[in-house]
Amino acid sequence: MNATEDSTEQSGNSLTRELTQNPLKKIWVPSSTNGLPDRHISQRKVCMTNCPTLIVTVGLPARGKTYISKKLTRYLNWIDVPTKEFNVGQYRRECVKIYKSFEFFRPDNEEGLKIRKQCALAALNDVRQFLTDEGGQVAVFDATNTTRERRETILRFAEQNGFKVFFVESVCEDPDVIAENIVQVKLGSPDYTHCNTEEAVADFMKRIKCYENSYQPLDEELDRDLSFIKIIDVGRRYLVNRVQDHIQSRIVYYLMNIHITPRSIYLCRHGESDLNIKGRIGGDSGLSARGKEFAKSLGQFIQSQNIHDLKVWTSQMKRTIQTAEAVGVPYEQWKALNEIDAGVCEELTYEEIQQRYPLEFALRDQDKYRYRYPKGESYEDLVQRLEPVIMELERQENVLVICHQAVMRCLLAYFLDKTAEELPYLKCPLHTVLKLTPMAYGCKVESVCLNVDAVNTHRDRPSNIDVSRLPEEALLTVPDHH
Amino acid sequence: MTFCLLYAHSAQKELTQTPLLKIWVPGMGSSLGQRRGSSRPQFTNCPTMIVMVGLPARGKTYISKKLTRYLNWIGVPTQVFNLGQYRREVVETYKNYEFFRPDNEEALKIHRACASNALKDIANYFTKEQGQVAVFDATNTTRERRGVIISFAKERDYKVFFIESVCDDPEIIEANIMQVKLSSPDYENYDKEAALVDFLKRIDCYKMSYVPLDEEKDRHLSFIKIFNVGSRYLVNCVQDHIQSRIVYYLMNIHVTPRSIYLSRHGESELNLLGRIGGDSGLSSQGQKYAKALAEFIRVQAIKNLKVWTSHMKRTIQTAEALGVPYEQWKALNEIDAGVCEEMMYEEIQATHPEEFALRDQDKYRYRYPKGESYEDLVHRLEPVIMELERQENVLVICHQAVMRCLLAYFLDKSADDLPHLKCPLHTVLKLTPLAYGCKVESFYLNIQAVNTHRDRPTNVNIARKTEEALQTVPEHL
Repeated sequence: MNATEDSTEQSGNSLTRELTQNPLKKIWVPSSTNGLPDRHISQRKVCMTNCPTLIVTVGLPARGKTYISKKLTRYLNWIDVPTKEFNVGQYRRECVKIYKSFEFFRPDNEEGLKIRKQCALAALNDVRQFLTDEGGQVAVFDATNTTRERRETILRFAEQNGFKVFFVESVCEDPDVIAENIVQVKLGSPDYTHCNTEEAVADFMKRIKCYENSYQPLDEELDRDLSFIKIIDVGRRYLVNRVQDHIQSRIVYYLMNIHITPRSIYLCRHGESDLNIKGRIGGDSGLSARGKEFAKSLGQFIQSQNIHDLKVWTSQMKRTIQTAEAVGVPYEQWKALNEIDAGVCEELTYEEIQQRYPLEFALRDQDKYRYRYPKGESYEDLVQRLEPVIMELERQENVLVICHQAVMRCLLAYFLDKTAEELPYLKCPLHTVLKLTPMAYGCKVESVCLNVDAVNTHRDRPSNIDVSRLPEEALLTVPDHH
Repeated sequence: MTFCLLYAHSAQKELTQTPLLKIWVPGMGSSLGQRRGSSRPQFTNCPTMIVMVGLPARGKTYISKKLTRYLNWIGVPTQVFNLGQYRREVVETYKNYEFFRPDNEEALKIHRACASNALKDIANYFTKEQGQVAVFDATNTTRERRGVIISFAKERDYKVFFIESVCDDPEIIEANIMQVKLSSPDYENYDKEAALVDFLKRIDCYKMSYVPLDEEKDRHLSFIKIFNVGSRYLVNCVQDHIQSRIVYYLMNIHVTPRSIYLSRHGESELNLLGRIGGDSGLSSQGQKYAKALAEFIRVQAIKNLKVWTSHMKRTIQTAEALGVPYEQWKALNEIDAGVCEEMMYEEIQATHPEEFALRDQDKYRYRYPKGESYEDLVHRLEPVIMELERQENVLVICHQAVMRCLLAYFLDKSADDLPHLKCPLHTVLKLTPLAYGCKVESFYLNIQAVNTHRDRPTNVNIARKTEEALQTVPEHL
């Protein structure tokens, strides 16, 4: 008996198609008779969207458009949605080598208008290339886009190319917020390297004025068929219209959870554990003597920092909880913060893994991000599991997260915008606290080593990652242990 | 200095792992670890009142019930307080819309009394019944009425979040009335036409005094305004985590008619052997089921069906037989039985009798050593539920424990009932949202399979005999 009538020709053989488990990701896939991957292969990821999405920022200067663009891009890339931002201001700077003054932005400056339009079109062209030829899924078009006419141009462009459009408008009239924006990110702009602070601020305010008269905000009625979110007063209020699909829904949720209240996030691992000393991975052991010392030091460090309303989070593994207990403030346990599950390799040393599973060990070195331990997890799985933690970190203010090596690498990669290739090799040594403070468009990192000795648990990628390598080559970079 | 002294002991306190939940806690005395939710913190510090606002037939009760179901499922104790029900208890028989006329003094008095009783019950729910969220389902269409509620909440330190549903599409309103009003106890003695007419007059009674939430005047209140069943939302002053989750949920639900099909994978090799977990392939009966499922799906002629599986071989093999594209979700993987993976119940009893008994004592919260609990499963499945809400027609091919969790969400089953829901092999459940709930149709595809359902035995005591523990184990090879 055949399957569905209207299915493809593969259906006829579908039950004779054997499933094989892809050795790297441990995903079951049908293998066709000629050895080539099948065409209608199952989607291994959750489908975010059927076609590329163009996110278009809208708003006067100094309303946080670039801040939002960069942050959103960082988040989407971290959850594995290839995203890139296209800042029209940057295109303009490449075109007009030296910025003279706000006069460039005057609405009656014909020359200025021509250049700005050209830059917008150049940016859109690069957007097209990214989304169509380079496998991009989301492009963030960061510009003022304050007139209906400009937005129409973009909508037509998107329609021609089969892209969905989602507008993100930032509306803010609070003079304090605007002034703070200007100080934080405009003064340091290449446009104002030759100005002093007062001159720069005065010029920038005039620049904003140039846009004000022609500004047509997105309108509930006139723009009711468009998909957009209007962010009012840095998140006090939101107007959300016509969310079309999953990715737009996730974007809205993210934008509604971020804030700009100054705060710091402290990341550290549990104190050195008994298994750490033995060079064994995973498990659920307690702290070693030095680990307990670190916990005490951590408590003292936290106290000395005098952090306002600090929240402390741990995993559900003994070693992070023991560490938190010493800090002496209430803490919340998250199962999602548990260390990566090494499956059959749990509690083994690297030497033992090499001995029993040399193929696995090599595959891991070949693609450490996507590699999944047999009956375990991959870094890619970890990121998915940590997404609610990141979302809540965005909502919170001062937080100390006491976690594990792989987990900390994932969280750090999110805050420091590291790629999937870099993530699994980020250095997160024991007994070191990283203090992350959002600043301008990024994150300031301060590393505090609490001066309690610990083993090194960082294994670099060895030069030979071939399956046929010798054990010595595989074990070249294993850190010392008992 | 005091700060240090107070907690100097804690570094010395040994941690022990609670046997049921497998949570590490300090040996004695109060724990600094907040363990409200087993696998994730719930972040609710004080009780929250969700207050519905809107004219009749705008979906307030639909939203109230659905939201309550969702919050309870994710572990936040929530209850609906529907003013209409309070009114029906006081006014035995509903005559007609005149009861709702704004000049009906007698009726107004009754309304106020009912509202007051409802608020009293809410306070009781929070203080005596450990409730965390109360949904006050009433029109609350005047600023005055909302003021009363806000004062009430302020006195007691409850947070307030308003959900307003605004709709002026006459088709939607009429559909609402047809779906849920005509079958209301109020209209038992009316024929359809008359009921519709009366209800529309009822709505008119409220229209005159309706003051919607206002961006400006109510800018200090926390609320979401839903326009025309979700085409637009206005969100103001979200205060905390739970409100953020509520907003996200409300923005993902829709009322487009659709069906969700739930099924387990076909019978697997390990199923035949009475072994739990693992990642085995389909048995020959299982393969027959996959073919039968394909035929069933074809006959149902479902528009735009999405098919989801887990990452485990047996669900994927089942999906392969359908001949349509499918998506793999790791979150749909079966519950991780940790050290008990691939064991038979007899073996678990032999090697871990205490664990086996603990599981029978509290099957929902019990976590396998190095494994998961049903409670963990629910948290893992939350993104799946969220996406199911967004989607339309979906077939989910999953596993026994996973299917129980999903079913419990759709059928509003408690944490106690959830782990014992019957989800036999080779049976498809078709869930269709209807009125305030969900219609369930069960299709057994007539392919023999082993039974994998183990009922709770009578004796759950750790000291029980082996036979007592294994009393309800289903047969296997």
